[in-house]
Formats: sequence, C-alpha cells, structure tokens
Amino acid sequence: MAEVDKDKLYQFLLRMGDNTLILGHRVSEWCGHSPVLEEDIALANTALDLIGQTQMWLGYAGEVQGEGKSADDLAFLRDAWDFRNVLLVELPNGDFGRTMMRQFLYDAWSSIMLGHLQKSTDERIAAIAAKASKEAAYHVERSSGTVVGLGDGTEESHNRMQAALDYLWPYVGEMFASDEIDLAMAAAGIAPDPANLRDEYDALVGRVLDEATLAIPAGNYVHKGGRDGRMHTEHLGHLLCEMQWLQRAYPGCEW
Amino acid sequence: MKNEWPLWEVFIRGQHGLAHRHVGSLHAPDAETAILNARDVYTRRNEGVSIWVVEAKHIAASSPSEKGPLFEPSESKIYRHPTFFDIPEEVGHM
Repeated sequence: MAEVDKDKLYQFLLRMGDNTLILGHRVSEWCGHSPVLEEDIALANTALDLIGQTQMWLGYAGEVQGEGKSADDLAFLRDAWDFRNVLLVELPNGDFGRTMMRQFLYDAWSSIMLGHLQKSTDERIAAIAAKASKEAAYHVERSSGTVVGLGDGTEESHNRMQAALDYLWPYVGEMFASDEIDLAMAAAGIAPDPANLRDEYDALVGRVLDEATLAIPAGNYVHKGGRDGRMHTEHLGHLLCEMQWLQRAYPGCEW
Repeated sequence: MKNEWPLWEVFIRGQHGLAHRHVGSLHAPDAETAILNARDVYTRRNEGVSIWVVEAKHIAASSPSEKGPLFEPSESKIYRHPTFFDIPEEVGHM
C-alpha cells in the first residue's frame, strides 16, 4: 500500500462509517411502525446490517486515528460538526415510500462503491468491503424491487414515489463530489474517485427508475456539506440527540 | 380484501441433503418478494440454504372431517411397519 496521510485515511473511514451509522439509525426508527410485519422485519434487518458495517468502519477509523477510541466512542461521543455522512442519509424518513427511495438511492451507490473497495490496496478495507458487499447486494435488490413495485403501482403510490424522488434527488450528487481526500485515496489505490462511479450509478438507477415509471427531476442543484462536515442539515442534531442521549446522560454506561 | 397481499407458505431447507420443511407463512405481492420476505422473516439466524414459497391457495389439503376414513384404517395394520425383520449385524445402523 502506498503511503497515505493518516488524517485523510481517517476522514475517509469516517465518511464510510458515518453513512452506515446515520442511515442505520434512521432505518431503525421504523422498528414497530412499518406498514406490514414483513417490511418491519426487513427494515430492522437492514438497519442491523448497516450498524454492523459501522462497527467495522468506525473500529478501523479509531485505530487509524490512534487516540485509543473505539467505534462506540466515535459513534456516541462526537457532535454534529464532526460527522462526515452525506446529507442524504440524515434526512427524515418521511413516508414509507420516501424511506425506500432514499434506501435505493443509497444502496445503489453503496453496492457500486463496495464493489470497487474490494480491490483496495488497504487489505483491511478490502476485507470490510467483501463482507459488506453481500449485504449491500441484498439491500439494493430489495429496495429496487420496492421502488419498482410502488412506482409502477397505484396512482397514489406512484405519486408518492415521484414526490420522494423529487425531494431526494438533489442530495444524490454529494455522493460523487470529489475533494482532496478522495483524490489522495484514489492516488494510493485505497478507494476509487467517487466522481468516476457516476456513470455506473446513473445506469443502474436509470434502469430501475425507468421500470418504476418515475422521472428524474430536472435541475442540477446539489445539496452538499455533509461528507466534508461544512454544514449538516438541522435534522442531524435531533437524530444524534436521540441516538446519543444514553451515553451522554450516563457516561460509560454498559449493559 | 382485494387490497391485501396474498398469503404464501414458506419452506426452508436447513442444510444440504435435507428436505425443505414448512416453517410458516407470510404476505407478499408476488413470488419474488415472497422469497425476499421469507429470507428476512425466517432465515435471520442462519436457518437455511434454500427457500421455497407457494401461494397458499395452490395447496390442496385433506379435510379434517375426513380424518376417520383417511387415517384410522391404517392404525390397526401394524404388519405394515418393518419391525418384524431381523437385521443382520453387518448391515449396521439403518
């Protein structure tokens, strides 16, 4: 593996782990509330997969950082400005349709990204990607099926899915916005330049949305600021408040 | 009723070499989704290597009221059980 700046590698790992952590928490909010039992269990399984991936990403991030922090420390004891997830995953669930559209837009990126990361020059990253990509492949199969089923469903389900796509699409571009951290990872062969994944993503997403009879909205505006920590949405603080309160109120508490 | 997803019966093969066993049922809009739902509902703890689903309406079942004529006649026919043969030692466990 080529020499790489430790702080940049740490930031890259936070981006991976914070995406799965925040989305995993969001999806877990459905537990006990889904429209049908089968979807409730499926969403809980997805949330658990994502939290499991978080343990691997943030666990490695803590080791690279070298300050003795565990994955739990990073998950529960950082504040909003230290999180590096894309804005897409912190957005509120909305209705079931919006949750599944967000899941699909993320799963499509994740399945492609993890495919490339299996070839990482960092063996640890390649191993995490190999394990996570099987889960991601299942997630995208499930979420794309639901997007097609609801998009090409009744008039109401179609309208809700189109509204979800209209709302979420401006958040997609952030997943492909490269900066100096990405370029350093690409130069060291650790991770692909996200900008280079866009064609693959558009092909996959375009195929599914076509089948779902949904139209990608016009306009090129992209909401950004999550993966570089410049500015999260107001929703992240509320999410962290709920996710972190126990460790904040009872520091070091274990059970 | 027409807005409800059909009921599917789920069969899981626990390991290679064993038969699929009925494990329960679930609702799903189509066969592909039924398999995904079965994966999520019935194989969370590594229970299976293969899933079958069949829409419940396609299963023809015997009627409980026919129980007597169907099953009682075999109760008295113990000679149908292969328990009257001496199995040679060298055959081993059967």
